[in-house]
Amino acid sequence: MSLLEVKDLDVDFETHDGEVHAVTKLNFSIDAGDALAIVGESGSGKTQSMMAVMNLLAENGKASGKALFKGEDLMQMNVADLNKRRGKEIAMIFQDSMTSLNPYLKIEKQMIEVVMHHQGLSKSEARAHAMEMLRAVRIPDPERRIRQYPHEYSGGMRQRIMVAMGLLCQPDLLIADEPTTALDVTVQAQISQLMTELRAKSNTAIILITHDLGVVAGLCDRVLVMYAGQAVECGTVEQIFYQPKHPYTKGLLKSVPRLDQPGDTGLEAIPGNPPNLLSLPEGCRFRERCPKAHDACREAPPMQLDEQGHAWRCFLDQVDD
Amino acid sequence: MSGRVLRVQDLSVHFKVHEGLLLNAKTHTLKAVDGVSFELNAGETLGIVGESGSGKSTLARAILGLIKPSRGRVLWLGEDLGKLDEEALRKKREDLQIIFQDPLAALDPRMTVLDIIAEPLWTFYPRIARVQVDERVRGMMKLVGLLPNQLNRYPHEFSGGQCQRIAIARALVLNPKLVVCDEPVSALDVSIQAQIINLLKDLQKKLNLSLVFIAHDLSVVKHISDRVMVMYLGRVMEISTQKSLYKRPLHPYTSALIKAVPVPDPRLARAVSDTGLTGDMPSPLDPPAGCVFHGRCPYAVKRCELEVPALRRMENGDWVACHRAEELDLTIGKPST
Repeated sequence: MSLLEVKDLDVDFETHDGEVHAVTKLNFSIDAGDALAIVGESGSGKTQSMMAVMNLLAENGKASGKALFKGEDLMQMNVADLNKRRGKEIAMIFQDSMTSLNPYLKIEKQMIEVVMHHQGLSKSEARAHAMEMLRAVRIPDPERRIRQYPHEYSGGMRQRIMVAMGLLCQPDLLIADEPTTALDVTVQAQISQLMTELRAKSNTAIILITHDLGVVAGLCDRVLVMYAGQAVECGTVEQIFYQPKHPYTKGLLKSVPRLDQPGDTGLEAIPGNPPNLLSLPEGCRFRERCPKAHDACREAPPMQLDEQGHAWRCFLDQVDD
Repeated sequence: MSGRVLRVQDLSVHFKVHEGLLLNAKTHTLKAVDGVSFELNAGETLGIVGESGSGKSTLARAILGLIKPSRGRVLWLGEDLGKLDEEALRKKREDLQIIFQDPLAALDPRMTVLDIIAEPLWTFYPRIARVQVDERVRGMMKLVGLLPNQLNRYPHEFSGGQCQRIAIARALVLNPKLVVCDEPVSALDVSIQAQIINLLKDLQKKLNLSLVFIAHDLSVVKHISDRVMVMYLGRVMEISTQKSLYKRPLHPYTSALIKAVPVPDPRLARAVSDTGLTGDMPSPLDPPAGCVFHGRCPYAVKRCELEVPALRRMENGDWVACHRAEELDLTIGKPST
């Protein structure tokens, strides 16, 4: 059984301009100890799909579908039951560490609260445990640091605190929403390394939401590519990076500036812009930007699946072009 | 192509930072930019790279006279911009333009695209004819890849990438000679980022612009720069040609920055060694003595803690501020010893 299985997830938002279809019929699953990347550009629905699973959608949002965590549907659960799992069995790290930590509370208070609540530890036990986690994420001088406020930390350190908090209760699943995006490259490299190590140690499954394909290549086993609210391709990292099948995935890979390629050539950009989620086009949602679009693309393409478990949403089936 | 247009000499920008209250009040000096020198040729692109807090944006503003430098000079076509009065400096801005990081914040939400792009024209040529303005704005929109029939729309009707195109059109409408781009693609998605980099590269060729292109990431800069300058804590670590910098960086910090960029290739990414960097960037309020990088440098020796390395020219014409530049071989891809 998969650790988390998301079935036919739809997320819509009611806005003044009309209904925004953020996520359409999303299906995926992740096994215990696995690392799955959800990749896509802003507005592709990667964050909102996870917010829906965690029941953290904004008030004007509504979700339908199933999110089976260890066989139980998170989306049908009441808040009390959900709270027994959130923070303990499923943890989430958000992109902006400054806005997700409480500026009025010392790091100590914010860290031990979680452990005391979920694991019933005493205050001193909880503090010892929190300190241990801070050491694991290489915060120097944790005895002093734990009594400081979030603003006294640098951005990279705050993000390490977020990772430490996410892993406090040794969750089975850690959802990390762009955990390194706001950070400098050298700090980003530290956090990625840290997550790889911790994952190996505690066998935590990771869902990494990101738009940075470089981070994905180093950290994840499987990749789900989203475009305009839909999954367009899903496979192992090798399948996605070496044999991408969807024209969007191909375009995305080509548009990444790379250090290991000569800098004189221009970058291959994907022309145009993603569609407006208020009025999605009929048929394939990538059609207008696709170099391979043809008449058949006026119909919505189905998800194809090959024997190796590589899935893609396109009528075409060619690895090379 | 040839000919120096910009010379920056020993430029420093120091800010006073106040801390504490009344009796405890202290004033510190924050050296955001400290003794930066470089030159730029006509039609050339200089990439400036550094992590947050390295002073690159402050430097950009100081070059254009938007911040007054504490020390040093900025010479534009031989003329010291610091010596000009407000009005004379304003006139110079016809040649000197800037593009900011967040295009939505840089555009007035209550102005139409036409007004935004035309504003510099009205400012510099108040008596210009309406038809001429319209024609010029339409031409600019075509040049940057926007549809001229979207003239009367507002910024919120455009995506981030399109807003950046509007900002570029506004910066170029006066036919400037130098454009400073302060992280122009950092806020954009990858596929759009590539569009904007290609556009800037294209426009530079067409209009023979000199560009200063600031980014926090070496991979973006590689695709647009002729030379790259690396900054750390307000100081220049290295200025090298694009070709030599990515092959054999001279400064250990450059080498760490290159190694830190994640490679979008699963097999390579897993084989990548770590950056060799330890710790965090020190506070710019309290920079270390000697070389500002010595605390994190894997190659630091005693001398680095005591003596500030001067920016000096190497045999191949590249510049570096490292005591050990000659003895270190930091060739990328070579296993470190």
